[in-house]
Amino acid sequence: MTSRSVNLKRKWITFLRIIHTGMVNFLRNISLAVAAIAVMVVTLTILLFSLIANETFSNTIVQITNKIDISIYLKDSNSEEQNKTLVQQVDNLPNVRGTEYLSKADALERYISQNTGNEALLSAVNQTDNPIPATILVKPADLDKIEDIRQFLARPEVAALQSDEPSYSGDRKEAIDKISDATNTLQRIGVLAVIVFTVICALIIFNTIQMAIFNRRDEITIMRLLGAKTSYIRGPFIVESIIYGILSAVISVLIINSAFLASNNALQASSLGLLDIAYASEYFTENFLKLFGLQLVAGILIGMVSSIIATRRYLKFKVK
Amino acid sequence: MILLDRVSKTYNRSLGPSLDRISLHVEPKEFVIVVGQSGAGKTTLLRLLTREERPSSGKIIIGGIDYDKLKDKDIPLLRRKIGVVFQDFKLLPNKNVFENVAFALEIVGIGSKEIKHTVPKVLDIVNLKGKEKRMPHELSGGERQRVAIARAIVRQPRILIADEPTGNLDPKHAWDVIKVLEKINRYGTTVLLTTHNVDVVNKLKRRVITLEHGKVASDRANADYEAEK
Repeated sequence: MTSRSVNLKRKWITFLRIIHTGMVNFLRNISLAVAAIAVMVVTLTILLFSLIANETFSNTIVQITNKIDISIYLKDSNSEEQNKTLVQQVDNLPNVRGTEYLSKADALERYISQNTGNEALLSAVNQTDNPIPATILVKPADLDKIEDIRQFLARPEVAALQSDEPSYSGDRKEAIDKISDATNTLQRIGVLAVIVFTVICALIIFNTIQMAIFNRRDEITIMRLLGAKTSYIRGPFIVESIIYGILSAVISVLIINSAFLASNNALQASSLGLLDIAYASEYFTENFLKLFGLQLVAGILIGMVSSIIATRRYLKFKVK
Repeated sequence: MILLDRVSKTYNRSLGPSLDRISLHVEPKEFVIVVGQSGAGKTTLLRLLTREERPSSGKIIIGGIDYDKLKDKDIPLLRRKIGVVFQDFKLLPNKNVFENVAFALEIVGIGSKEIKHTVPKVLDIVNLKGKEKRMPHELSGGERQRVAIARAIVRQPRILIADEPTGNLDPKHAWDVIKVLEKINRYGTTVLLTTHNVDVVNKLKRRVITLEHGKVASDRANADYEAEK
């Protein structure tokens, strides 16, 4: 074997030994590790919950936005030509996602289908004497900017074509505002909580590693005197913290999973306040691998960075 | 093999230097005994050689490595070339004899197969064959020290530094340890031994360097301890 390949082989063996030692030390050290793991579980659970809640709220907003539209009622006296031009014009407005033109007959059909079972309302209309105006349904792209559309519709030449004031589904807008406020607040609280708990987590890992280093100080001294490299002494501590991260990720995913199971079984609830549990649960199941992967990455990262800082601080390698 | 040129080490200016401009030269395969009262500077000298400390001034070159040019991150590589034996053995209490010796090989990335092959040979050299499975607390002081020697030589260093290896041992066990050191020296390893033990010095009849108040008081071949007084 060449000296280069011997070197590589030794590095590989050393790498495996570092991982092995880290795992052995983790098991030996498990009582010390409990606190670190507990806090990391809390951190990761908050992170996961924030992600799911955020996604769920966004979904709810999209759902409601899809239902919202502006209805423009057209005069019966308009020519077909005039109506088509208006549809074209509205469609070309920057904030319009889509339009749908309903002729008088279409509008009546829609009215009847929307009011099936309501004999009183249905008896007021019939095919021969249709009171329902032709209608343009407009889906705005951004609900906060429907002012443009409003202004366009208020122009005298456009208003002249309309039989009635346009309707804006105003109550739904309020609901959307509420949810998007809640989402923003939740995002902020989520980010803050994740930061705070990450810091606490790092501090506890510092402490755990400091204790572990203290417990193994004789062993570390001997390793140094025998010529162990810094990475060989340090590696197992980092491996240990990575194990904390992996375990915490698994536990936090289990917690969220059982929370969904419990709420599905016990409440049979489809929503909890503003949070659409059914969707959240579905999102969690469908994106399980992605979310679990993310938890793992976050856990490993928190563990690794904290232990790198801690070993740098508490393992003194300087020679006086 | 070992070269010191006007090496001084001062810990505390008001107490004066612990080592004061020491110069010495040790040839390859030599067996050198360093004697001196407590506080004469023996331990300081060894700590400088293993780079646990830096000299305040002067030059140290060991096995071709110039300590002035040695970076902190290369200290492990230096220590792998020097075997060290301590007065308090420094064995790992939760590892058995075999594992303690194997540990020195593990940390440099030697494979398990080679370890299984090498460690028994070295335990044979220090006369501990058959005691591989014993834990350190099941051994006598002399046996423990021989485990420490086995650990120090298992990587075949060219230099072995032994800091009062017989300090905690009764005369019989002390002599067992010294015989092992002589054997290792015969195999070609340079040995640097510090001791108070008059018997050891007188029986060995080797080069003796006497330290007094941080200076070399005498440096003579085939010397007796008594002659120093």
